[in-house]
Amino acid sequence: MTRLGCIVSASAYVPRLRLPREVIANAMSWATGGAGKPKGARSICNWDEDSLTMGVEAARGALPRSGAPVNAVAMASTTLPFADRSNAALAAACLDLGADVETQEFGGTLRAGTTALANAARREGRTLVVATDSRAAMPGSAQEAAFGHGAAALVIDGAASSRELPVPDAALASVLGTGHVAANFVDHYRMAGSDFDYALEERWVRDAGLAALPARAIGQALIQAGVAARDVRHFVMPGSAANLKRIAKSAGLDPDVQLADPLQADCGDTGSAHALLMLVGALERALPGELILLASFGQGVDALLLRVEPGVAAWRAQQRPLSMTLARRQVETQYTRYLSHAGLLQVDFGMRAERDNRTAQSVAWRKHEMLDAFRGGKCRRCAAVQFPLSRVCVNPDCRETDTQDSFRLADSTGRVKTFTEDWQAYSRRPPYVYGNVSFAEGGNLFMEFTDLDAGELAVGDSLRFVLRIKDQDALRGFRRYFWKAARA
Amino acid sequence: MATGIRDKVAIIGMGCSQFGERWDCGPDDLMVEAFGEALKDAGIERDRIDAAWLGVFFDEQNTGKSALPMSMALRLPNIPVTRVENLCATGTEALRGAAYAVAAGACDIALAMGVEKLKDTGYSGLPERTKGTFEDLYLPTSTAPGAFAQLAGAYAAKYGFSMDELRRAMAHVSVKSHENGAKNPKAHLRSRITTEQVLGAPMISYPLGVFDCCGVSDGAACAIVTTPEIARSLGRRDVVTIKALQLAPSNGVEMSHGSWDGTHTLTTPLAAKRAYAEAGIRDPRAEINLIEVHDCFSITELVVMEDLGLSDPGRAPHDILDGRYDADGAIPCQIDGGLKCFGHPIGASGLRMTYEIYLQLLGRAGDRQLRSPTIGLAHNLGGIPNRNVASINVLGLHKV
Repeated sequence: MTRLGCIVSASAYVPRLRLPREVIANAMSWATGGAGKPKGARSICNWDEDSLTMGVEAARGALPRSGAPVNAVAMASTTLPFADRSNAALAAACLDLGADVETQEFGGTLRAGTTALANAARREGRTLVVATDSRAAMPGSAQEAAFGHGAAALVIDGAASSRELPVPDAALASVLGTGHVAANFVDHYRMAGSDFDYALEERWVRDAGLAALPARAIGQALIQAGVAARDVRHFVMPGSAANLKRIAKSAGLDPDVQLADPLQADCGDTGSAHALLMLVGALERALPGELILLASFGQGVDALLLRVEPGVAAWRAQQRPLSMTLARRQVETQYTRYLSHAGLLQVDFGMRAERDNRTAQSVAWRKHEMLDAFRGGKCRRCAAVQFPLSRVCVNPDCRETDTQDSFRLADSTGRVKTFTEDWQAYSRRPPYVYGNVSFAEGGNLFMEFTDLDAGELAVGDSLRFVLRIKDQDALRGFRRYFWKAARA
Repeated sequence: MATGIRDKVAIIGMGCSQFGERWDCGPDDLMVEAFGEALKDAGIERDRIDAAWLGVFFDEQNTGKSALPMSMALRLPNIPVTRVENLCATGTEALRGAAYAVAAGACDIALAMGVEKLKDTGYSGLPERTKGTFEDLYLPTSTAPGAFAQLAGAYAAKYGFSMDELRRAMAHVSVKSHENGAKNPKAHLRSRITTEQVLGAPMISYPLGVFDCCGVSDGAACAIVTTPEIARSLGRRDVVTIKALQLAPSNGVEMSHGSWDGTHTLTTPLAAKRAYAEAGIRDPRAEINLIEVHDCFSITELVVMEDLGLSDPGRAPHDILDGRYDADGAIPCQIDGGLKCFGHPIGASGLRMTYEIYLQLLGRAGDRQLRSPTIGLAHNLGGIPNRNVASINVLGLHKV
C-alpha cells in the first residue's frame, strides 16, 4: 500500500497593501446603507501585482535552496492572468525551475488549491503547489469587504511505494488521507469572461450546502487515514466560525477542535488560496503528532487529513512565513486608488499612459533567462556580475568576449545607489520610483522600485527583488512582467 | 599620431531661429529661418555649399528620416546631405561631420544644421519613446528629469550635502541662467526668477522641481564652415575656428558595472581631456573664457562643472553659489540663457550653444556681450547619466 506524500516546505504571500474595511464603508455607505465601523482590513494587490506575481513570491519562500529540485509545478487559482498561455510555465520560468519541469494548472473552483495539493500528494516526485487568487469584487458588494488577495505555496514530496517507508526529516506534515465530493451546488459562480462573482443567499448555502456536503468528504479522508474523527486537533477550512462548528459537528469532530484562524482580521478570504494559506498559519502553531483536517468548499468538497511531523519544529524556528508576510503591511487610505489598482476605476493618467507597450515576443524568448529568471552574466575571467548578460564583458579592465556564465540575480540583494520619485512619468501609483541598484555581488541595474510611496526610500537602503507586472499592453490585451527592487 | 582639426576649420556663418513654442512653424520652417541668417552672415551663395549634415533626434515626431527633410526644405542643389543622430549631442555631431569634411579636404564649404520640432506631441515634456525591443522589457519607462534626478541623491550622499543645501546650489544654476536668458531675444523663457521660486516650485522628479528643468521648445540652428584659407579669400581676417571637437560615448560601464558611483558622468571628463589636448588647452580654468554646457537639468550643469575640470570634486555647489559661473564670474556659463531658457530642441541645441560662443567671440552678443573672450567651450550630454554621449567643441578666435 502506498504512502501519500508529505509537505516539506510551506510559505505564504499577502500583498503589502491593506484596505481597512472602514475605508470601504465610508466610501460606499451612501449606496449600501451600511452603518457602523466594520473591523479589520483586507489585503489588496498593488497595481503591479496579480495572481501570478503573488504566486511566484509565495513559491520563492517555499522552494528549497538546496536539495532535490521540484519536478512539477501546480498552479491553482480562479484568477490567473492568462486563459491560454501557461501561467504555470511562466511561473516556472520566473522561478528558474528549468525546462524539465512538468506544469499543471488547477482552476474553475475555490477548491483548486486543495485539489492541487491532493494530486501532488498522490503523484511521485516533488511538486511545488502554488495557490493564488486575486478576485475582483463589485464596489459596494459584500465580497468587496470579505475578499482578500494572497497566495500560498507548498512543496510536496510525493507518494512513496510503501506506508512503511519513513517520512523525510524535513517533512512538516504528511498527508494521511484524502476525500473528494463533487456537487453541482451553485453557492456562487463567475462566468468565463465576467469580472465578478454572483453569490446566492448565505442561509441557503449554509443549510443546504455547508451543513450537508463536507461530512462525506471528511469521512472518506478519515477512513483512508485510518484515524478517528475525534482525534483531529486542527480544523482548517475557510468559512465563518459558526458554519465551521456545524460542519465539525456533522463530521463527528471534537467540539473543542481548534479552528484555524480564518485570517479575516488583516487579510480576507483569498479564494482558492485560502485553505492553504490557513494551513500555513496552522503549521506555524501545531505540534508534531497532531492531526490537521484541511477542507475546502466549492461545488463539492475536498478534505485532506494531515499529521504534523517533527520537521515542523526546525522549520518554525527559521521562519513563520504567514506571520512575516502579514507583518509587512501598508495601510491604503484611498478607496479610489484601490479601485484604480483593481481596474475598477478608469483614471486619467494623461497622454503618457498611451504609450504603446507591444512586446516583441521573439526578443522575449531570445532573452527569456534574463527577463523571466532574472539571470545576468558573471565573467569567468574577471568575475564581474552584470545585467544583461552580453557577449563582451562590461568591466573596463576586462572586456573579454564570450566569457560570461549565466548568473541568477533574483535571489540576490542590493542597495540603492540612486533613485528618483518621478511625478511626470506614467505610473498607476505615482510617483514612479526608479533608480540605480548595486547588486551585492557587484554590477548595477537601472530599474523600477515597487511597494514604495513618496518619501520612503533613501540612498543606501537594502533591497530585495520581486517579480511584478512591468507593463500592460492594452491594445493587444497582453501583460508583461519583470523584476523590481523592493525594500528588504 | 593624428593632429586633430585645430584651426583647420573656420565658421563663416551661423544662424539660429527664434526658440520657443513655435506653433506657427514646422521643422522645415525652422530650418529655413536659421539657414537664411547663416547664409547672410557667411555672405555666400547657397549653391557654394558642397555638402550638408542634418542633425535631428525624434525623426518620428517631426522631420522624418534621411537627408530629404533638409534637402527639400532648403531646396539644396542635390548636394550630399547626411542625416545624423547622437541623442542630445546630435547638433554637435552634425557640426562634426561638416567640420571633418572640410578638414579632410573633401569639400570647401559645408553646412551643419540641427533642428527639432518637439511641440507637436500634445503634452508637456519630451515625447514618449521606445528604448528598443529588448530594453523596453526591463528598463524603467523613465523620463529625462527622472533619469537626471538620480545624480542629485548620489551626489548629496557622497559629498555630505543635505538635499536642501544641494537644492539651493541647483536653484542658483537656474536663477543665473534666467538672469542671462532675460537679455536674449531668441530665448524661449525670458523671465527672471528667484531662488525661492525655484525651491517652492512643483516637484517633477525628486529632487528636481519645475525650475530645475529646461524648457521644451522648437528650434533650429546651423553653421557654415570652410577652410581658413577660403575664409580669408572671402575677406575675413579674425575668424572663429574650431579648436577641438570631441565625442565620448558610454560603453555600458555606468549601466552594468558596479564601479560607477552615480555622482557624475563618466564620459564628459574623457571628452574634455581629449578636447583640451586637441585645442592645446593646459589650464582650462584660466584659458576658457565662457562655456555653454548641457544644462538639461540644474543638477546636470552642477556635476558637469566638475566633469569639465572647472570645479574640484565636491566643490561645484560652493563655486556656483559663489558666482563663479555667473555672467560676471570667472567663467560665465550659459551666458545666452542655456537650455534652461532656450529649451532643448534636441537636434538644435549643440549648434545653438556654438552659435552663442561664435557671437561672443566676434563681439556680436549685444546686451550680454562679455569682455573680449577668445576661447569658448560648448558641451552636450546626450542620453541619461547611466549611458550617454558627451560632446565638446572648443571655439576660438584665429587670425587668417
